[in-house]
Formats: sequence, C-alpha cells, structure tokens
Amino acid sequence: MSIEIRPAPHIRTPVSVETIMRHVVLALVPICLFYVVQYGLSALLSLTVITATCVLAERLFAATGTQSGDIGDYSAVITGLLLALSLPPAFPLWMGAVAGFVALALGKALFGGIGFNVFNPALVGRAFAQAAFPQAITAYSPSFLPGRFLEAVPSSLAWPLMQPADIALWLKDKQLDALAGATPLAKWKFEGVLAGAEELVTSLSGHMAVGPSPALILLCGVYLALRRFLDWRIPAAILGSAGLTAWLLFALSPDRFPNPFFMLFSGGLILGAVFMATDMATSPVTPKGMWLYGALIGLLTVIIRYYSGLAEGVMYAILLGNAATPLIERVTQPTPFGKSTLARLGHVRRGASYPLHPGYISREDAGAVTPQKRFMFNKPKPAERRKPNEPRD
Amino acid sequence: MRLLSYFRGEAFQRGVHPPSCKLTASAPIRRLPFPERVVVPLSQHIGKPPRAIVKVGQEVVRGEPIALADDWLSVPHHAPVTGVVESIGLRPGARGPWSESIVIRALPGATQEDLWGKPRDLSQAGPAEILAAIRDTGMVGLGGAAFPTHAKLTVPEHAKVHTLVVNGCECEPYLTCDHRLMVEQPDALIVGIRYAMRATGAVRAIVGIEDNKADAAAAITAALARCGPVPEGTIHAELVPTKYPQGAEKMLVMALFGTEIPAGGLPVALGMVVNNVGTLAALGQLLPAGRGLTERVVTITGPGVARPGDYLVPLGTPLRFVLDYAGAGNAEAREVILGGPMMGQAAASLDVSITKGVSGVLVLRGDVLADTLRRKTYPCIKCGQCVESCPMGLNPSTLGMLAAKREYDLMGSDYSLGECFECGCCSYVCPSNIPLVQQFRVAKQMLREKAVAKQS
Repeated sequence: MSIEIRPAPHIRTPVSVETIMRHVVLALVPICLFYVVQYGLSALLSLTVITATCVLAERLFAATGTQSGDIGDYSAVITGLLLALSLPPAFPLWMGAVAGFVALALGKALFGGIGFNVFNPALVGRAFAQAAFPQAITAYSPSFLPGRFLEAVPSSLAWPLMQPADIALWLKDKQLDALAGATPLAKWKFEGVLAGAEELVTSLSGHMAVGPSPALILLCGVYLALRRFLDWRIPAAILGSAGLTAWLLFALSPDRFPNPFFMLFSGGLILGAVFMATDMATSPVTPKGMWLYGALIGLLTVIIRYYSGLAEGVMYAILLGNAATPLIERVTQPTPFGKSTLARLGHVRRGASYPLHPGYISREDAGAVTPQKRFMFNKPKPAERRKPNEPRD
Repeated sequence: MRLLSYFRGEAFQRGVHPPSCKLTASAPIRRLPFPERVVVPLSQHIGKPPRAIVKVGQEVVRGEPIALADDWLSVPHHAPVTGVVESIGLRPGARGPWSESIVIRALPGATQEDLWGKPRDLSQAGPAEILAAIRDTGMVGLGGAAFPTHAKLTVPEHAKVHTLVVNGCECEPYLTCDHRLMVEQPDALIVGIRYAMRATGAVRAIVGIEDNKADAAAAITAALARCGPVPEGTIHAELVPTKYPQGAEKMLVMALFGTEIPAGGLPVALGMVVNNVGTLAALGQLLPAGRGLTERVVTITGPGVARPGDYLVPLGTPLRFVLDYAGAGNAEAREVILGGPMMGQAAASLDVSITKGVSGVLVLRGDVLADTLRRKTYPCIKCGQCVESCPMGLNPSTLGMLAAKREYDLMGSDYSLGECFECGCCSYVCPSNIPLVQQFRVAKQMLREKAVAKQS
C-alpha cells in the first residue's frame, strides 16, 4: 500500500474559485434575461458581443502568457456581463467590443490576471468607453419599445470606427419621439424631472431608460450574500452611506436635491453596490475595511452625481474606492485574539456561562456557595445542582 | 460580526463548521489484540526524552518502567507488553526523523496482565505527592499535544488556580475517543478530575463538551449524582455550541467564561488550568492502581477503514498492525493521518507506532483525496473567507501574500504570526486552495531559527 503525505488540513470546503464565479454568473442570468426583455435585440447583441470579446481577450492573454487564467473560472464572463449591463443597451457593438478588450487588457492582464487586478476590470472598460465615446455612452434608448425583438436599434449596428446613428432621429422616424431616451438621473440633472418610485424599482412600466432592474439585482444579491459568495457588508455600507448623505442634503434643501430614495434606485448605484464594488480582488478583506470602503464609495457617488458635470457617479466612486483599498486594508487590520484593549482589561462577554472567578476562592471558606451561572442555557436543572459541603447521605 | 456572533449564540468568534463525520460515536471501545512486537520511541512527548534502563535480552513485565526521566519536563515510559527487549536503536518516528526506540517482542504465552502496579492510597496526599505520582505514571496530554501532565498541573509560584477546565470538546471531525471515554468511564474521569483539583488547588472543575455529544454530558452528570458531593469543590458538565476549533484552550475558555486569554499568556493568568478528558480519565484509573500508562484509546476511522471504531491500543503498536486489524490494509487507502483531519499529521510510513499523543488514525481513500488533488491552486482572490474564519483574529490573506514574498520578519512583527496555532481553518475555507497553514508553519520555523541564531 503506497501512502501519500500532505500537509494538514486534510479536508477542504467544496467551495472553490470556480464555484464562487459560477454562482455569480448564475445570479446575473435573471438580470440579463430581464434586461433583454426590456430592451430587446439590441441588449441581447450587446451582452453577447461584449461577453464574447472579454472571454476571447482573456484567452488571448492567457495564451500569450501575459496573465494567469482559466476559462473555467468564469471571471471574464462576469466582467463581460457587468460591462454590458453598465453600458446603454443600444451602445454600438464595435465600441462595446473595444471597451471589453480594454477592460481585460488594461484592467486585468496588465496586472497579471485573476486576483492581481487593482481596479474592477469592467469599470476600467467602462471608464475607457466614457472617455473615448462620450456621446454614445449617454445615448439611451427607451425600454419596452414596440417591435424591440424584431429589429435592433440602429445605433447598435454602427460600422466599426463609425459614429452611430442618432437614436432621437430614429425614434422620430418611428413616430415614437414622445418616449425620450434619457436615464432618470440625466432627466433629473439636466431637466429637473424626478422619476416615480415604482418605475425606478421594478422598471416594469413606461418607457424610461432605467437600465437593469434594481429590485431583481437586489434579489440576486441577497441570494449571493446568503450563500456567502459576496460580502453583505459592502452593499450595506454603500447603500447606507449614499442614502444617508442624500438624506442629509435633501433635509437641508428639498428643492435643490432629490429624495434619497431616488438617489438609491436610479442609475447604476444598485448594480455597482451589489456586483461591482463587491469584486473580491479589488475590495478590502478586513471586515472593518469593508465598511469603510463602502462608506467611501457611497459618499463619493452622491458628491459626484450632485456636483459634477456627469449624471452618473458610481463608476468613478468605485474606481476611487478600489484605489484606496490597499490603504484601507492597512489601517483596518483585525485585532488578534487576546490583544484588544478590552481583553487586556479583562472584559467578559455578556451571557458567558460561568463567572470568571468562583464565588469563593478557598475551600476553607465556610460560607462557600456554588458559583451560579448567569444564563439558563445548557446547564443542569437546579434540582440536580449540588451544594458544596452538603453532608453525604 | 460581533453582533452576528452574539445573535447566533456563538461561543467564540469566527471558526468553521467542517462536516463532523463521527462514524464511531455510538460504538463502544474495543480492545486491540497485542501485537507480536511493539516499538516504543523514547521521544513521545514535549521535553527531554527519558533514558532507557533496560538491556537487550532483558525480560520485562507489562507496566514495568523501561525508561526513566532525568529532567523535570520529562516522563518515564512503561513496558506496554510482557516480553523480551529485542533491540534498542533507531526506528522511523511519526514526526519523520528516525528516533531512538525500544523494541519489545511479546511473549506469546503471557497473560498480559498488568502485574507491576501496586495500589496505593492517595486520599491524604498533598499536591506535591500527587504531582510526583502523576509523573510516575508517565502521563502526558492525550489530546494530541503530549505535554507532560505533571508539568501542566504544576501551578507556578505566586499564581493561584481556582478553576480546572476539562476539555471534552473533541472538535476535530472523525475523532470520537474522548466522547466514548466520557460516556463509558465517567467515574474514572471524576476520580481523575478530583486528583487534578487537589494537585492544583482548584475549587471548581468544568467539563466543556460540544453540544453534539449531549450523551457524554448526561453520563457525567449522572455519575456526579451517583458519587455525591466531592470534598474538593464543585464539578459541572457544560455543553458549548459545536464549532471548530473549540478544543483549543483559548477558545474553550472564551466559550465558558467569555473572556480572552491575553496574547502570549497561559490560562493560569486567569487562575485556570486546562486538561483533556482522556488524560484525566486515564489518571483516574492509573493513580489509585499505581500503574503506568501502557495503552490508550485511539479512534481508527475514515473512509478507508472497513471496521472503524475506538480501540484500546497498547502503546508502541505498529501502525501496520492497527490498520490490518481495522481492515484498512487494502490498496485503496492513500493517506494515513495521525490525529484528526484538521491538525493531524500524515504518517510517512506504516512502520511508525502509536505513541502517547496519537488520538486517532484516519485513513483517507484515493477517491476522496482526488477531489482535493484535482483542485487547482489559484492566486489569492482576496475573498476574505480566511479572515472571517481565523479564530485568532489574524489576517491569513495578507500573511499568505507576505509568506509568498518571504517577508517573514514583517509577518511576525506587524501581523502577529506568533498567535497562529495552526488550526487549519484558513486553509480549510480557502477557495483558491492556497496551503496557508503550511506557509505559516514554514514562516514560524524560520522566525524561530532566526531567534535562536540571534541568541547564540
């Protein structure tokens, strides 16, 4: 019998990197499906082309030895899907492919592949698209257009290196120009119109260009958090901090600023908080660091949205949060067991089964009493409890 | 996190819940036959190995001392079988290097009764006398660490001990030897606890048991009711929520008393001494009989064993004999682990023998191992699972990255590497399959060597 020698521990959890990534992809599937229902053929093409570009780019870089990586780890699929969801559905396909390639090349391969990237690759791609194609990235097409499954929005099908067709003109041609293709955030920022709550959350009715449904994203996020495939602290911190900041500003001057609910559910905040900021490689590992990181992103998002020339601020907020991550980690290292100030002072957790010192210290102490437990859980019934110094029978 | 652990009623923060796999929890302890030949390594415990006092060709009686300790932190060894000393020399050891061992050939006709021990009355003995008697039994911590028990029970000067914590957690998956001991021999355990209380001056003893072993707690409570009040103080059996690594003494003290033992300190800093149930149950049998430690309960289990069970094994029995008897001699068995799956050590050869510190022999099959073999090792994706599972509150993710860069000094100074007790939680949860604990073992060894080099 030949035997093997390996270091302890000899058992492992069944959860591997592939498992985590596969579940994130699974959680993205319903969101993508509903996105296609909303925007039709254009969205389907955009999702397919961008994801395929990302996967092919990763294959290329892995084959040339620029980065480590494996098709089985699904991480390029996640990058592609997230990038596609964060871009307008009718984003020209060639521009999407360029953004996808840049996402993998500058966002991931440059650093050495999975685990080594400093910035979220999907957001690197989107930041590139924002800089390179400023018009196309703000041109949203309305959702639930009639006939959306039969033909793609013409801007999607722009020839490579050509500017896309104007969506507004196309809508006018189709006698649909009443359905303006602006996002709720852009509408509020440039026209001063607030979208309704129900419309924002479910994106079910109307033709407003709201992007992927926040309610669905939250639902999928809850699933991932329960399965421990993403850390709940980061979305909680981002939404909490963004909501709080928005609420403070709203309380100061309700006419100038929108209500916090609009702030949370418009634009890409929910998608960013649940799927992008929680990217494991680019967020802190320490629990305290996660709260700090989330709070920073939430605050920056609101500031950028209110005071900058852009309607949307989530992308830059997350990229800045990514950049701050090493620093945040450094200042939020966990306190080792037995080294906290409380431990040094002899702090005792509430609800401990036994007091630290017995009620009496020496056996000679005649009035000795049995140490009474403070908490009636897991302990013998009082009838079974024996008193010390009780005469034997 | 603190809030969540509070609501979950967790005894200590973080930790993991590996599948318990206690296959042998309901089967009684059986005796293993005596092997033809036993190999007793002289170095079985922490501290200086004892000195052999028998000669080749000498006949020994079971229970007779065969090696005597000439250092305080050392214990004697006793002959596990009646037989003839065949040789004294280097044999393969469980930890890897060859070590000095005494080989005894059992006499086939001997009854193997322990005739050496002389019963003695320790009812009026003082602490020093009890400690000396404990040392004479050759007792070391049977939980796995193999630290001499008399040394552990010796209260340092200027310190006062009021509580004896009896560790019956047995948090390692698969192992059930302590569980069966508590269920089958609660009276011996109580006798052992009383000796330990008198040796340390403790006035209460608390047996901490994980709540997946409620029958053990019930057995102890019933035995306590039978034996009536004990003059030494009070004894309780307490259930604590099941979680790995509850059996670490810092974690158990946290679970029972809700306080952290200060870093670098021992439980005695809080007036406590922690001992394993197996050790105390064995003491409860050996001390009144005046015998030495010649056998121990070992859990022989795992997917590769046909007849798993808790066996009373003579010390020095070769692993090959044990595995043959338990039905693990087939070719499918691929890894033999001494101890539990989380902290146990893979045996390098089947010629090593069962020593005082071996609480279990776990045999993993090739097809089970293949799952971990096939797993690819990814770079750290910084998922933070290790940070959320480290019971000592370290940051294994950062430590692992530093270890890969060989920044050992930084690991020791800024990231408290010294606090790591190698429980294996971080490697267990790591989705990237990074051998974190192995890296930390190397780093700690390097730091120790550096410290030694600096001193000399």
